[in-house]
Amino acid sequence: MQNNMLNHEGTETLTQAQKAGKSNLGAFVPSWFSRFLLWLAPLLFLLVFFFQPLARIITLVFSASAFTEINFQLILSTLSFTFYQAALSTILTFLLGIPSAILFSRFNFGGKSLLRALTAVPFMLPTVVVASCFNALLGNHGWLFFLFPLSPEFTTSKTFYFLLILLAHIFYNTTIVIRIVGNALLRLDPKLEQIARSLGADTFHVWKNVTLPLLRPALLAAALLVFMFDFTSFGVILLLGGSNFSTLEVEIYLRVLKLPNLPLAALLSIIQLIFTLIFSILYTRTINQVTTQTAPRFSTSRLPKTPKEKIFVATLGILLSAFFVLPLLSLPVRSFTRLEADRGQRGAVQYGFTTDYYQELFINRRDSLFYVPPIQAAANSLGYASLTVLFSLVLGYPAAYALAKPTRLEKFLDPLIMLPLGASAVMLGLGFIISFGRSLASPWFVPIAHTLVALPFVIRTLQPALASIPERLRQAASTLGASPFRVWQTVDFPILSRATLGAATFAFTVSLGEFGATLLLTRPEYPTIPIAIQRFLSQPGGLSYGQAMAMATLLMLLTTLAILIIEKLRLSNAGEF
Amino acid sequence: MLEIRDIFKTYDGKPLLRGISFSVSQGETICLLGASGSGKSTLLRMIAGLEFPESGHILFNEIDLAQTPPHARDFGLVFQDYGLFPHLNIFDNVAFGLKMKALESNSLLFGLSRQHPQGKRAVGLQTRVAEMLELVNLQGFEKRKVTDLSGGEQQRVALARALAPQPRLLMFDEPLGALDKSLKEDLLNQLRAILRKTKIPAIYVTHDQDEAFAIADRILLLHDGKIIRDGTPAEVWKNPNSVWAARMLGMGNVIDGVVTSSSAQGGVPAAEDGDESYFIKTDVGVFTLNCKHKHPKGEKISLLLKQSEDGVDEVKLKVEDVLFDRDQFQVKTGSGLVIHMKDAPKVGLVVRVRVKVECLA
Repeated sequence: MQNNMLNHEGTETLTQAQKAGKSNLGAFVPSWFSRFLLWLAPLLFLLVFFFQPLARIITLVFSASAFTEINFQLILSTLSFTFYQAALSTILTFLLGIPSAILFSRFNFGGKSLLRALTAVPFMLPTVVVASCFNALLGNHGWLFFLFPLSPEFTTSKTFYFLLILLAHIFYNTTIVIRIVGNALLRLDPKLEQIARSLGADTFHVWKNVTLPLLRPALLAAALLVFMFDFTSFGVILLLGGSNFSTLEVEIYLRVLKLPNLPLAALLSIIQLIFTLIFSILYTRTINQVTTQTAPRFSTSRLPKTPKEKIFVATLGILLSAFFVLPLLSLPVRSFTRLEADRGQRGAVQYGFTTDYYQELFINRRDSLFYVPPIQAAANSLGYASLTVLFSLVLGYPAAYALAKPTRLEKFLDPLIMLPLGASAVMLGLGFIISFGRSLASPWFVPIAHTLVALPFVIRTLQPALASIPERLRQAASTLGASPFRVWQTVDFPILSRATLGAATFAFTVSLGEFGATLLLTRPEYPTIPIAIQRFLSQPGGLSYGQAMAMATLLMLLTTLAILIIEKLRLSNAGEF
Repeated sequence: MLEIRDIFKTYDGKPLLRGISFSVSQGETICLLGASGSGKSTLLRMIAGLEFPESGHILFNEIDLAQTPPHARDFGLVFQDYGLFPHLNIFDNVAFGLKMKALESNSLLFGLSRQHPQGKRAVGLQTRVAEMLELVNLQGFEKRKVTDLSGGEQQRVALARALAPQPRLLMFDEPLGALDKSLKEDLLNQLRAILRKTKIPAIYVTHDQDEAFAIADRILLLHDGKIIRDGTPAEVWKNPNSVWAARMLGMGNVIDGVVTSSSAQGGVPAAEDGDESYFIKTDVGVFTLNCKHKHPKGEKISLLLKQSEDGVDEVKLKVEDVLFDRDQFQVKTGSGLVIHMKDAPKVGLVVRVRVKVECLA
């Protein structure tokens, strides 16, 4: 999920980097041959593992009987439901996001920066963790059900599941609205509103005639991005809704694994890709309008003064804290709490502190879901993540080096390199299955798929750092008598080590949390953490549920550590991605 | 009309305004002159209703404005950076205040059934906007975009926008600060003509004394949170009354000295108009000061030294540098004083100049 957002921000730095690269281009242009060598590995990789599967998907659509009457109706209903849930999620996200953007950009209050940081946390968490958080809070084995026994008819109804999905989407994406719209509000010249007031406009008309029209590009950009994320949402919908709700993504997954119909899955994934690309293009256009309105930043935030303002700040502050703290807290607490009857003691609900769920992860039970102790999933995840880091750095470095000083070739290749971002993870998995056969004997496909997802980011993280190294610094160092290796060691390395660590951490987190592609590609005996969580959740019984919670807590912990590392690097870098 | 009574305001815990009182009458343009950060913009924003004083009152036609929100005050604002609405064209910018006024005067009932009067008002709006644009010499600019205009043109649109709803008071916050010199003079002349024609009282805030003298009927000097001088440009120029004011007004030659003897004690012949006369010893020489104030012997005072053909004293100054300054030459001398001469003297030469001194107390 975070991929696309970061991609956008990376694009901004890219244009700066391109400008910077252009100015000292003459100093150091590698010959066409070295450019060719730089591009060889990354392009070959994309060709084999992305473009080739993509081509296979397209040919499958046209060669097989994908265009049937039944398929057409299914596609239509799937598409309309996908649009419906995405639109509804977007509207609800805005209902919370717009007041929050106003809260953060216009008012000062105690704990503001903490609360702001808190709203950004879900966005960086893997979908399985967010789904588990809401499951722990509101699900059938969760806190709400335990504290306020609701009627089972309601809690097992489709409406209830849909509600959970909507809440999780709001939870995920509110930070986008806060960021894009809030920043636009901060950039707005307060004098414009003051002049409007002096010209006789009351608060309502100031908003209607001045503030809203000026915010329009930001509102549109935020809406497009939120909509795109909700449109392509997979993990949340599958894990919270089961197979009750078939969005495009879920339908593709079902047509690959549950009710196999590969031509249909291929057609759905092409439709999905087209829509994602349209949204991305629209988003890029509108966000460019937002960023070109760069005025100096005005600090207009202040303490709430009037009673109305105080009530607004207090109510929204408490609401936001509750909405973002409760799910994040219920998951780890639930993983240490027994909330159900023990085996053989039907009816007698026991509750209290327990470490059973964690201990159980280390035991290889005969009737368990796996042929190995469940904790092996964590080991697999770490292994896959390390491989993903290795692959994406090895492939990303040469591409980033070439892109740091772009020629006409790079301008052509750049969008191609970023294209995998437009493809959904489920689609990547489908492509692999079509191209390399259903058996997928090799466990290597998982880290390769993860690399496809992580590579655009790794490049976007390394490239600005590489472009930012001033050629003059290198020249100065060499005129002072440094050998080429010395130059690299004293000039390039200190700047690059930080960017490399950042990129590596990204790739690592992406791989840890990746769900869609892994679900399609993984072999039963090599589960990853997200897959284990999904399997535990789909099993009945309190113990499986508890183990899902324990696994999700582990993943949350690992991801949080990675986020902290990235944040620390970002802070010491004193710049935004 | 507008009356400001004893305004106090602190900023970041420091006193910014410490008891400001003044008034503006019909058709009068007053100019608040002060260094940057002296609180003059804050004062303006308080009059507009965008900020609130900690104590004191702002009245218009004897009515306290404390409970009147900015949009109901009918005061026009013009800022240094124009503040034109970037999403509206010139017509809609100028028409903004008029539309807001129309909305206000139309009750909800009228608003619902306004198909008929709409046409009428639209015509009124068109002519009024055209009139305003003509007033600021921008005929036919209605359809242009804000971004297509130069700085001077943008500021004239801002002026037309502020004038259009016929405000009861106009306020200018360094309106010409961002413009270059010749454009500034040009706009200043237009602005003065418009203010005279419309008879709208105006408060003009600036730190540029040339602008202040050119536009103001009355100048108010703001220093240390207080108004230290209030008078017509001629009065203020003649008697700045303080060292700070003399420097603020760019009067240049301020020197420190000590009273050595006075006419009251018989040490100096008395002045003809009945003022006391004093001898003041300074680093540059001894000067004769005629002054209404009493100065005891030994008092340290600051003097404003003015070049004057009929001055009593004469100073000898060594030329250090000569600058061409339009129809004369600006001469910098060894003692730090600056004088003006018709012909350029040679550097190093000693020149004699007749001067008059005034006390700055």
